[in-house]
Amino acid sequence: MKVTYPHLGSMSVAMHGLFTDLGLDVIPPPPITKKTINLGVMHAPEFACFPLKINMGNFIEALEAGADTIVMAGGTGPCRFGYYAQVQREILRDMGYDFKMIVLEPPQGQLSGLIGELKELCGENRWPTTVNAVHTMWRKIKAMDKLHARLLQLRPRELEQGAITTAYKKGVALLATAHTPKDVNRLYSRALTLLNSVPCNYEKSVLRLGLVGEIYMLLEPYANLQVEKLLGEMGVEVERSIYISHWIREHLILSSLHIKGSRATKNAAAPYLNHFVGGHGWESIGDTVRYAHRGYDGVIHILPFTCTPEIVAQSILPTVSRQEGIPILSFSLDEQSGEAGFRTRLEAFLDLLQQRKTKQRFGT
Amino acid sequence: MSTTVGIPRALLYYHYYPAWEAFFQTLGADIVLSDETTKLILDRGIRDAVDEACLPVKLYLGHVANLRDKGVDCIFTPRVVSVEPKKYLCPKFLGLPEIVRFCVANVPELLTIEINVEQKYKQSVKELLKLASRFDRRPGKAEAALVAAESAQAKYESKLQEGFTPAEALAGQEKKHASSKMRVAVLGHAYNLNDPFISVNLFGKLRELGAEVVTSEMLQPQEIAAGTQSLEKDMFWTFGHQLMGAGNFLLEEGSIEGMVLVASFGCGPDSLVCELVERTYKRHHTVPVLLITLDEHTGEAGLITRLEAFVDMLQWRKAI
Repeated sequence: MKVTYPHLGSMSVAMHGLFTDLGLDVIPPPPITKKTINLGVMHAPEFACFPLKINMGNFIEALEAGADTIVMAGGTGPCRFGYYAQVQREILRDMGYDFKMIVLEPPQGQLSGLIGELKELCGENRWPTTVNAVHTMWRKIKAMDKLHARLLQLRPRELEQGAITTAYKKGVALLATAHTPKDVNRLYSRALTLLNSVPCNYEKSVLRLGLVGEIYMLLEPYANLQVEKLLGEMGVEVERSIYISHWIREHLILSSLHIKGSRATKNAAAPYLNHFVGGHGWESIGDTVRYAHRGYDGVIHILPFTCTPEIVAQSILPTVSRQEGIPILSFSLDEQSGEAGFRTRLEAFLDLLQQRKTKQRFGT
Repeated sequence: MSTTVGIPRALLYYHYYPAWEAFFQTLGADIVLSDETTKLILDRGIRDAVDEACLPVKLYLGHVANLRDKGVDCIFTPRVVSVEPKKYLCPKFLGLPEIVRFCVANVPELLTIEINVEQKYKQSVKELLKLASRFDRRPGKAEAALVAAESAQAKYESKLQEGFTPAEALAGQEKKHASSKMRVAVLGHAYNLNDPFISVNLFGKLRELGAEVVTSEMLQPQEIAAGTQSLEKDMFWTFGHQLMGAGNFLLEEGSIEGMVLVASFGCGPDSLVCELVERTYKRHHTVPVLLITLDEHTGEAGLITRLEAFVDMLQWRKAI
């Protein structure tokens, strides 16, 4: 069995680690390039959302590289993501590939189904090996998320452009070599030291922006045109509202134990939207309100073109912006997005925010 | 004077209007329907909605504005999350009351109850009873309204299964269209197909070309279920499930000559559902498929040309 999986930002590192620790042959999908996107777009439905198309590109490239088993997540709706795997499997079959697709469906209150699927992946492994592999992955995800948050804080303050990004990449590469939870702790301290030893100007006053929107678009830098890096290097401290570790805790661990997760985001959204709308639409509203309460200078909202839950959010955000007094810029991205136009719009937005901040400071 | 309840002639109107009508009439409310779709109504909706919203949502907003201008006391905009276990409606229905509230200016009071069979069945019933008691507090009236709604809906659905389209059943048409040797399935959302302005009178045009139209509403629930049996994972959208089931069932039954799939531009669920239906048909190679994508720029002439070409092709296939 040669296993592959779709890319999702730094999550790919954790997936690769998990499958390796389970003793499987792993064929990671090649890094996302223009070619990946073209392949995905060519074979995916025209109006499918962008993440599905990138997944398709990943799968095709991985199958070409020799993979024969795809591990993919499922879902219960109403977001389209829950049906991705079914459509992707049919398309790949029609293309003539011979492969197996293992779809990990969310537990919905009982873990038995998920455990069955996982057993297939765990094969002959003894329990301690499996537990160790899963535990290591979980620690790795948490460590990478913390490292990422630190990266976003430091990037606008680095003295030499790109230094912090290089240090972060080294840090992730270190974490990738961990095979036990203990390894992760040890390597995480080293990675953090790498980041903290990059020369920075900690006194610098910077704009602070919140990043909200659909999870895949926020997590996968290729999909969001590297918005975090662009903004960071323009001197903006970005905070991303979604991290995969939070998502797993809320949607997989707590929900399977019937424990309600953090209500803060939902409470913040309540005056505008007091109901789940699929995907991350509800969170986009709640997080925007929270950024306003926390005194952020602005919010960037990113969605894949035709994403219905985020379109619902988009319909509400102008009112949120007005009533909470926080500027919002919404980007709908897909394979047609160009970096130059994207950068220009970001620059114009930052100019406005800077002027607004200066005005507020001098009370004019 | 009794309260006037506005009901937009869009979206779920085509699925549930008879039930809504019976419900509010039993409670003594006056129902005001928005006007039939015109260019003006659509343009109002387009102006109020965000660019990326789908055509049916834009149209819905136009109908809400139309009701507002008529001066109704309140508008019925339910949040319909789920109408059967394990299935949901498209996310736009989950946030519809908010889309209306934040996009249309000066809307009157919105009646926004939540219907959620999958997660909150009991609460949904409670909300319905609470809504009813707003109009008539007499004991037993609320329950009577629900019973009336249920029987009106059942009557409506059986009429659909007799072979009427929702638009025909809602208009109270009694005479069925003549059957034809050339049966063509038209699958898509009822709110697109049954609004003659939006679908550019697709049903009428096909009939003029000599085809008999079959829609998913005309099939029995068990036929739809049979059609989805081959799926590895059942579809979690109610309308997607219906479209997929009808498509597969009609293909296997072999009673149709052609199939017209109608989707709105940028429709999330349909981007996947129509893809799967098209793929299944392509694999079988027996029934030709025409996919029509509707948006606010759909022109009549282009549509007629495509339909004519499609029907011509079906006739040639029969002749050979």
